[in-house]
Amino acid sequence: MKFAVCVFPGSNCDYDTYYVIRDVLEKEVEFVSHNLTDLSRFDCVILPGGFSFGDYLRPGALAAKTPLAQAVVDFAAKGGLVIGICNGFQILTELGLLPGALLPNLNMRFVCRDVFLRVENSETRFTRKLDRGEVLRIPVAHQDGRYYVPEEELREMEHRGQILFRYTTERGEVTESANPNGSLSNIAGVMNREGNVFGMMPHPERASEDILGSHDGLMLWYSLISE
Amino acid sequence: MKKIRVLIRPREGLLDPQGRAVEELLRDRGFRVKGLRVGKLLEFEVEEGTDVRGMVEKYVVNPLIEEFEIEES
Repeated sequence: MKFAVCVFPGSNCDYDTYYVIRDVLEKEVEFVSHNLTDLSRFDCVILPGGFSFGDYLRPGALAAKTPLAQAVVDFAAKGGLVIGICNGFQILTELGLLPGALLPNLNMRFVCRDVFLRVENSETRFTRKLDRGEVLRIPVAHQDGRYYVPEEELREMEHRGQILFRYTTERGEVTESANPNGSLSNIAGVMNREGNVFGMMPHPERASEDILGSHDGLMLWYSLISE
Repeated sequence: MKKIRVLIRPREGLLDPQGRAVEELLRDRGFRVKGLRVGKLLEFEVEEGTDVRGMVEKYVVNPLIEEFEIEES
């Protein structure tokens, strides 16, 4: 399985992601530039965290207009696996590959800490090594993570199992105080209708080795690479 | 060339924490302010005949969360 890690000007989790894939998962991985137009030689494309194009206009807005972003759209249309983490999630919503938008955090602050996530759907390409209801500890680091989607669409997404993670307490309870950014319905990660594009605000690449404090992100990666 | 202003504001009904924070500050200072929204202003010159609305819709605003208006002069 061959991975691409997208690099936009201002991406800053690209090396962390590359490192986890190459050294922890021991899979093939390449950086790809924002000018690349063809991703067909890859199996999975990752849009990493950071502040692409300085988050100017809106987070992810300018990155979503690059040739690489169009290549990601083509890649996804052919069924390729796409994952957006943090800024990558913002880019995917700006691209329209994922529903909704990520608005400024309710308290207007940059939030950088571990959060607890409950697995809402484990029957997906991205979560199949996890159990539904399982709680993970993974860090967030963002200013614009308040997930928003119109009410009617949210209901359809829930019905179709497109909500993969919610912010909860350590015991898996959905509460207001467990929500770090004011996200609608405590949503932390969503998938497209077809099941091949996924975005999340927390950083599994920062929770993939015990030496970094948590390995709870590992099962996401293992879900991807298991045959 | 023509001069263009694009005014972008958070879509009505969407919570705008930035606007709320500014409004609260002004109220704390004794001003009777309500309904404050913080948006963006784009000013530029563009070639005559350009489809400015189409350009803005496709490349500048996110219609899910923003509204906009265009002023020409």
